[in-house]
Amino acid sequence: MLEIKNLHARIVEDGTEIIRGLNLTVNAGEVAAIMGPNGSGKSTLSYILAGKEDYDVTEGDILYNGESILEMDPAERAAAGIFLAFQYPMEIPGVATMEFLKVAMNEQRKARGEEPLKVPELLKRVKAASATLQMDMGMLKRPLNVGFSGGEKKRAEILQMKLLEPKLCVMDETDSGLDIDALKVVADGVNSLRAPDRAIVVITHYQRLLEYIVPDAVHVLYKGQVIKSGDKSLALELEANGYAGVIGEAA
Amino acid sequence: MPAVQDTIDRVRKIDVDQYKYGFETTIESEKAPKGLSEEIIRFISAKKNEPDWMLEWRLEAYRRWLTLEEPTWARVEHPKIDFQDVHYYAAPKTQSGPTSLDEVDPELLRTYEKLGIPLKEQEILAGVRKQEEPSELNGELASDNIYQSGRVAVDAVFDSVSVVTTFKAELAKAGVIFCSISEAIREHPDLVRKYLASVVPISDNFYATLNSAVFTDGSFVFVPKGVRCPMELSTYFRINEKGTGQFERTLIIAEEGAYVSYLEGCTAPQRDENQLHAAVVELIALDDAEIKYSTVQNWYPGDADGKGGIYNFVTKRGDCRGDRSKISWTQVETGSAITWKYPSCILRGDDSQGEFYSIAVSNGYQQIDSGTKMIHLGKNTKSRIISKGIAAGFSQNTYRGQVSAHRKATNARNFTNCDSLLIGDQCGAHTVPYMEAKNATAQFEHEATTSKISEDQKFYVMQRGIPEEEAIALIVNGFVKDVIQELPMEFAVEAQKLINISLEGSVG
Repeated sequence: MLEIKNLHARIVEDGTEIIRGLNLTVNAGEVAAIMGPNGSGKSTLSYILAGKEDYDVTEGDILYNGESILEMDPAERAAAGIFLAFQYPMEIPGVATMEFLKVAMNEQRKARGEEPLKVPELLKRVKAASATLQMDMGMLKRPLNVGFSGGEKKRAEILQMKLLEPKLCVMDETDSGLDIDALKVVADGVNSLRAPDRAIVVITHYQRLLEYIVPDAVHVLYKGQVIKSGDKSLALELEANGYAGVIGEAA
Repeated sequence: MPAVQDTIDRVRKIDVDQYKYGFETTIESEKAPKGLSEEIIRFISAKKNEPDWMLEWRLEAYRRWLTLEEPTWARVEHPKIDFQDVHYYAAPKTQSGPTSLDEVDPELLRTYEKLGIPLKEQEILAGVRKQEEPSELNGELASDNIYQSGRVAVDAVFDSVSVVTTFKAELAKAGVIFCSISEAIREHPDLVRKYLASVVPISDNFYATLNSAVFTDGSFVFVPKGVRCPMELSTYFRINEKGTGQFERTLIIAEEGAYVSYLEGCTAPQRDENQLHAAVVELIALDDAEIKYSTVQNWYPGDADGKGGIYNFVTKRGDCRGDRSKISWTQVETGSAITWKYPSCILRGDDSQGEFYSIAVSNGYQQIDSGTKMIHLGKNTKSRIISKGIAAGFSQNTYRGQVSAHRKATNARNFTNCDSLLIGDQCGAHTVPYMEAKNATAQFEHEATTSKISEDQKFYVMQRGIPEEEAIALIVNGFVKDVIQELPMEFAVEAQKLINISLEGSVG
């Protein structure tokens, strides 16, 4: 589903190269964890997948279902089924969460040539999805992410992910700032999205989240490259020995 | 916010620089020769069959005006205006004053139809949701107000004359007088003489004095004691003739315990020349009365290079003359090449309240210098100012405000919030607040922010599948929501669309 080939990318503003020849394949139906120390390029990778303008791809390619997405803008990528759950979701003052959900869902439907959802159907879907995330409907009247606690913001991200039904979910440090109860709720939300035609990329610093979202593959990112791949036992090894061992091996 | 989708659809359909109301009506017009003199003032007064006292009043203003200099303190730049190069009176030949609907020139009716202004009494303002149509996201999540009534009485002012006023008979049954100011001067001279210039004196400022000398038409509203005006009142101003200025005069009086909500809209054809619009609006609220005045200002803003557009120099002031009275100004300013406008409240009565809610959108080479004055004179007076400025293109957008509490204004309270949003990096937003308290018990609060639509915010919204233009529309609509909520439902939807159309082409 996702194939990244020899990707090189730099920050537009100052030319710093962050991704330096990264190769990665994630198959449909798979949950892939991307781990790595601070500054290894994990968040950058998620932004580049989503099409953020702050980065220039200088070499290599990103194929999504066999086709390059480099020329697509963020909205086009989203409509094609790529979703990024942000580590720090942005506040949108004055725009009720419910309204935002409606616009996003219907814009994606429009891009795919589908009819917009009627309000009763929309409400039904939102209510059902909110309930599984133990979200209060009152929260949906509030402006998106404005004054939300860390946990509320992450739940709102998962809610959007559930409702938009993407094919490739990229989750950037979704576990940061969550207490253990919230973590479980969020992990359940992600697990409920596991499907044969969907791939989930979980970016995380710690093994903790992977106890709840058990990955099929684990990739270690260091200095803008995948330096080691393995199964879930790799995450445990990292937890026990830290990154130093893996980095040493690669060097 | 059902308007978001409409906004987006509308923005899609419209080309950049396309001002929707820029057409011109071909109608034979009678004009005064260009220039300003005592003779011209006598001509206007005669055209309007005015009593002598009115003519004298105008001449006094004119003589005063000759001694005044144009103000230069606003943050706007324009070539010097040649006041002798303006027609001060222009009226459709078929129509020298308001008449019954059956007699209105069909060409004029078509014009208002094109503008979406209902002159037939069974119609409602264009863009208003039909009554049976439920609000979107109804039920437990509904955030919209329940839509009340679609009926709006309209006074239509075309160049220098009011062409028709609707629902007059029905309003008269409630005791409400709603007519053109010219008619009021003839039919209700006592009321006019009592209140005219009692809030904005003849010598108030350069443009108000000019207006006093040459004003041609406008609306007059009188709501007697204890009456709640049974429908929204509105005036729709249209400048059509080339080379003319429009000088309207509006006077609204709410007697003890009365309530009225009044809406004002305006448009003009697209022309290369700059046209002058200098209005005076006076509001008077007696004990326990409330006046809500809303404006959607959409004068032609000029083209993408800053050529043409209306110079809008307006004096609007409300006097909370009675105890516990309340005056509320809400404005959505999207048009005009230059806007110079400070709707203000004099809080004279004890426990009176003034409010100012403003959205000022500038794009292209537009210049806006707008704000308010809240003058606290009475005890326990309260005022609230919420201003949202949005600047795009090469425009300059200034909020200028004054809040003052006089010695006797014990416990005066003010809350001011000014937010500016910049789109792009060639525009400017400025905030110039003055505050002055001569009474130690006064409490003034001021908050101000300036932000740029951040790339991160836009990226976040787009990542959810919302294309760039729609993403900006969504963020802007959110930014102005506090003020949009203050508008009567009739205008809120239109205003929201207008804001986004005004920002059309600002992305890129």
